Parts: sequence; structure tokens; C-alpha cells
Amino acid sequence: MEFGPHLLLASLEGATTAAVLALTAMGLSIVFGVMRVVNVAHGEFYMLGAVLAWFIATSVGTHPALGFVAALLIAPLLVGFLAAGVDRLILRHINYDPERTIVATIGTLYILQQTTLMTFGPDARPVEPPFNSRIALPWFEWGENGFEFYFPWGLSTTSYKLFVIAAAVVILITLWLAITRTKAGLIMRATQQDSDMAQAFGIPVKTVYSVVFGLGAGLAAIGAVLVVPIQQAYYLMGHDPLLLSFIVVIIGGLGSLPGTIIAAILIGISDGIISVFFTPTLAKIFATLVVAMVLVFRPTGLLGKSTS
Amino acid sequence: MSKLIKPTPTLTRRTLLGTAAAAAATPLLGRYAQAQSSEPIRIGFQVHRTGIGASYGRWYDRTTTAAVKRINDMGGINGRPVEIVAEDDGTDPKRGAEVVEKFATQHNCDIGFGTLFSHVVYGSAPRAGELKLPYFVVSEGHHVASGALNRWTMQPGITDVKSQVQAMAPFVANNLGKKVTMIYPDFAFGHDHRDYFSEAIEKQGGEVVAKIAIPPSETSFTKYFPKIPRDTEVIYHVMIGPAVLTFVKEMGEFFGPSKPEIFGFLDSLEAVDINSPGLEFLEGTYFWEGNPRYAQADQSSHDKMYREAVGVDENGASVSDAKDVSTYSHMFGCWETLNIIKRGMEAADYKGTDDRSNLIEAIEEMSDMPLSDDHPQGAKRFNGKTHQTFGHQYISKVDSGKLVLAHTSSIEDTLYEDEVDYTTQSF
Repeated sequence: MEFGPHLLLASLEGATTAAVLALTAMGLSIVFGVMRVVNVAHGEFYMLGAVLAWFIATSVGTHPALGFVAALLIAPLLVGFLAAGVDRLILRHINYDPERTIVATIGTLYILQQTTLMTFGPDARPVEPPFNSRIALPWFEWGENGFEFYFPWGLSTTSYKLFVIAAAVVILITLWLAITRTKAGLIMRATQQDSDMAQAFGIPVKTVYSVVFGLGAGLAAIGAVLVVPIQQAYYLMGHDPLLLSFIVVIIGGLGSLPGTIIAAILIGISDGIISVFFTPTLAKIFATLVVAMVLVFRPTGLLGKSTS
Repeated sequence: MSKLIKPTPTLTRRTLLGTAAAAAATPLLGRYAQAQSSEPIRIGFQVHRTGIGASYGRWYDRTTTAAVKRINDMGGINGRPVEIVAEDDGTDPKRGAEVVEKFATQHNCDIGFGTLFSHVVYGSAPRAGELKLPYFVVSEGHHVASGALNRWTMQPGITDVKSQVQAMAPFVANNLGKKVTMIYPDFAFGHDHRDYFSEAIEKQGGEVVAKIAIPPSETSFTKYFPKIPRDTEVIYHVMIGPAVLTFVKEMGEFFGPSKPEIFGFLDSLEAVDINSPGLEFLEGTYFWEGNPRYAQADQSSHDKMYREAVGVDENGASVSDAKDVSTYSHMFGCWETLNIIKRGMEAADYKGTDDRSNLIEAIEEMSDMPLSDDHPQGAKRFNGKTHQTFGHQYISKVDSGKLVLAHTSSIEDTLYEDEVDYTTQSF
């Protein structure tokens, strides 16, 4: 494939990755920002989103679009409630102590993963996309007849992949509006800035924590429901998103929402481009290298504020 | 002496103290000798229950269970019942070696059996050799016949990649095209495909114009396809792992209406319904099959019996769940290997773990095995020197959403020169 179309294809692939990654990493970032909890089980909430999407889509089972919409509405909610339950039953009882929350969420990771293995099984299962048509993309060149368009071999995307990008953008804007423009968002931000003071003003901090933990997991689940018609639901699928989310959140600055978005786009697109032109392994090496550089030269991340 | 012995349960240690030093390697031998007629023959079954090989593992399990039931119904081996001791290896080489060790030292198995994924075989076989445990793999890798393993490791029930691709190359070159791009998983099994198919197609006057290796745990594939050169006439694909359906689907999306000829190993769609949404583009393409998934018009009575025994319908899916598609191209290897083990144990008059080397020698003596209920996939020719079997290969065309047999290769098509003589190695 020539360079131009090749680059366009790589960018499109990268944009889809970035869209899902932005949602997943945003969940991790919010949880850390508000609760100061490093949620190692985040990838498993993502996986649960995909697995539940398969379950819901097959139970509804009429038109693929109906099943998908049902999954998109119900799966994140269920995952959110489950995560809120984890907060109440586990995290609250260890007082959100940083070291102990890491160990507790590692335990949660294994419980969720192995429970899925025991019930859902070890197979990868597909969810049918609500719509999926191949869109061939044109490219231009300066030929003998001057400027002309043509359709290079293999340069294409699918309508569903474009939908994933659009859906992620809409969800992220909604989230941003909710945090900055609503009372619930205000309460969240107040808890983030000073939880003791917020409590003194009558904000039910414990409830806020549960809701935020559920919201974070729900965002990961939404990302997974969007990606599952492209990939497949599989009990070990939470590993990569967890790693990439951490990379994104560290680069963007822990707790910084705009930083998370920027880093997700950076990592997603670079992953797409480097994987296409070189190898996927090099893409991972690059991402890890960026993390190392950020930690050395800007330990708070691109847009993170130092906590005094 | 005791320092040389690995820590084992106290019971074993006590037994050890009471018996002669010679019994050290086989601590429970005494018990066998007392009750040899009723004690079951224990076959350690190394199964990929979890990890990337899980769907194969499920069907290897069902096939093994069915084969053992048939053997026991016919009176067992040397009058003793056969018992399967299954252990999950997580499709992981490190765990594989541990499982082999458990078979030999904890479960007191007579033999180890059933490993599929080639990296797990590579990880486990050396340990089996050290423990002097006969180890029967059902893997397809060229690792056995290449001489890389040891005298205790055999592959008598399934053919290897080198012989398979050698039989495919003439068909690809004569019917589909000479410029081939290969897409394969980036581990031992895929490398066998890469090396031996490249060699075989060059002998047919063709060439491999690009080799695209994909990590077996990959979940997204579109990014690999732009590396396919424009002058490719044939895509040769073989993929494994949980994301094979995504792989094939994204390949279809990449090519759209202007696809080259496509030749795949059915590994790319094992345990996947060929009529899954997004796979319509496969109509008219060709697949290698180890054993035809769809019951063919001229189905043999042996295939019919085997299908029924394992619980597979005429479309290659489970009789109880039409969505649960089998790994029909590979799992017959379990059935046939177990029948070979039975014949080997009978020929060696196998009584207990002391006779393990006699069992290996008895199987090394074997050669031609006709198509029969014991060998429903087809006739086999076992090479005792290389510990590898050779057999017919099948090429099917996707026709109206079914795999229809288009070509059957002869056993001679698959033969190649010996690369090792295991019989010269000492036990």
C-alpha cells in the first residue's frame, strides 16, 4: 500500500482505538481524581461490560440492533451497580487506604475474572454489530490527467467503526457537561477538592464515592460494549485496556480529565500508526517509553496539578 | 539418596522407606503388582481448558472421553479399565511442564497425552523425557519429526504441519496462483507454516511475496493487512487463538469486493461457524481440513460412527447445541492416538510403569494403519524413527455456506525425508 492511503488507514484504526481508550481511561481517571483510589480491577469491569453485552444481546435475540441498544443501556448500569457494591463491601471497610485498596482491587480483579471463566467460559463470543457496512475511501493523486480521485485497494473502514468514534465523542461531551454544569457534578468536584470540607457542608461523601466508583466502572463498560462488535467478548480481554488506561492516565496527569482525553488520542493514534507501519510490539514500547519520559520530566503528567 | 528425591507426599515417602531402593522412581509400583488385573491404566490428559486454546481443549476433552468410553466398552486395555486424569495447563508452556510432572509424580499416571499447542509441547516434552514418561502429543507441530524433542515423545495420531503444507502447495500453485502472501501466528506452529510452505511453494515454481506474523494473543487485525503486497495472487492464512473470527472478518472488510484468491487452514475458523455474520466473502474460497467438518456425500461408516460417538452433527457442531462448533480438523487425533496407545500397550503386554519403554518400542514398530473405526479420519502411515504419523489431507471449498470436499491428497504427497532417528537414542 502507498504511503498516503496507508497513513489514512492507520489513523482511522488509531482513532477507533483512541475513542474506546478515552472512555476506559476516563473511568480510571475519575475514580482516581475523586477517590484517590488506584483501581487495578478496572480492566475487569471493562471485560464484564463486554461479557454482559454478549449475554444481553443473545437473550434479546431478535434484531441485532435491538440487542445492541439494550446492551449499551443495561450492561454499563449493571457493571456500575456491581462496582458500587464493591466500593461499599470492600473499599469502604479499608478506609480507602492507598496500599490496601491496591491489594483489594487486585483481589477483585481475580474474583471477577475467575467468576467469568467459571460461568461465561473460556471462549471468545461475538456480538453482532447493529449495522456494519464497508466504506471504501477515496485517495487523490497527481496523475497524467492532473488531480484525480481513486479508490486504493484495502483503504476502507466500516460504518460501525465510525459510529464508535462518534459515540465516544458524544458520551465524553455529555460527561464533561455533567461534571461542569450540574449539581451532581458540583458535588463531585467538591468531594475531589476537599472531602473533609465537603462532608462538613453536608455532602454524603460515602455515597459520592460509591457513585463515582460505579461511574468509573460504567464508563469502562460502555467502552467495552462499543468495542465488542468489533472484537469479541473474552474473559481475559481486560488486561490490555487496563495497561493502556494506566499509561494514558499517567501521561495525561492523574485526575485530569482533559489530560486524559489528550493522552488517549496521543496513545491511540500513535498505537494505530506505529502498529501499521512497524509492529504492534514497537507501539507498546513507544507508549511505555512516553510514560517513562513523562514520569522523569513531568511527574504530574501533561495537565496534572501537583498535589500539595 | 533421599536428597535426590523431590519432595513428595508423606505416604509416598513412607512407602519408599519400606521398599527397595530400586523402586524409588516408581514409588507405587508395589501396589500395582498386587492388583494388576483390576487397577486402571491411568492416562494423564494435558488439556487446554483455559487460555488461548480453550475451544480446542473443550473438544479434545469430549473426543477423549468418547474414545475412552469406547475402549472401556470393548473391555479396556489388557483387561484393565482406562482412566483419564485431566489437568488444565492454561495453554501455557510453563504450566505444561508442571502438569507433566504432576502426571508422573503425583497422579501416578502410566503415560501423558493430549497436548495441542506447539509452544506448550515445546515447554512440556523435555520434562516428560527427563521423567521417562511416554508423552503422546496431538499437536500438528513439526517439533516431533524435526528431532527437537526426545524418544519419549510421539505424535502417532495426527499429521504434522510440514507434511500438510507440502501436500497443499501443488494445489495452491496450480489452481489459485503463484504469488502468495502468508499470514500466520507468531509462534512455533506458525513458523512451521512459514518455513515449510515457503519451501514447498518454491518447488512448485511459486514464491511467497510477503510473510505477515501476528502475535497469537492479538485482538485487532486491520493494521496488519496493508502489508499485503498489491501483486499478491493468493492469501494463505492460518490463525489461532480466541480472536480468529475477528481476524477472518476484518480480512473480508479489508479486501471488500476486490479480493485475491484465498486459501486458509481451517485453524483460522476452528470452533467458529463458517456462516457467522461477516464471513460471506469466504464463499468460493478454499480451506485445508484435517478431517472434513461437514459430513460429505460419500461419508464413510467410520466417520459416521465417530461423529455419533463424540456427539457431532452433520454440520460439525455439537448435537446438543448447533452453535457449539467443533474443532473437527484436529480432535480426531485424540481418538486415533488413544487407539494406537491401546494397540501399543497390548503389543507390549504393558503391566505397569516398568513397561513404559516397551510401550514406546512397540509403537515404534507400527507402520500402516488402515481406515477403520480406530482411524476414522483415514489411513495412516506411522514412521517409528521420527515418531510422526503421515496421512491424507483434505481441501474443501466453501459452497453455499458449507465446506465441500474438493481434493484429497495421498499419503505419498505428504512424505518427506527423515530428519531424525529416535530409535537410536537410549531410554
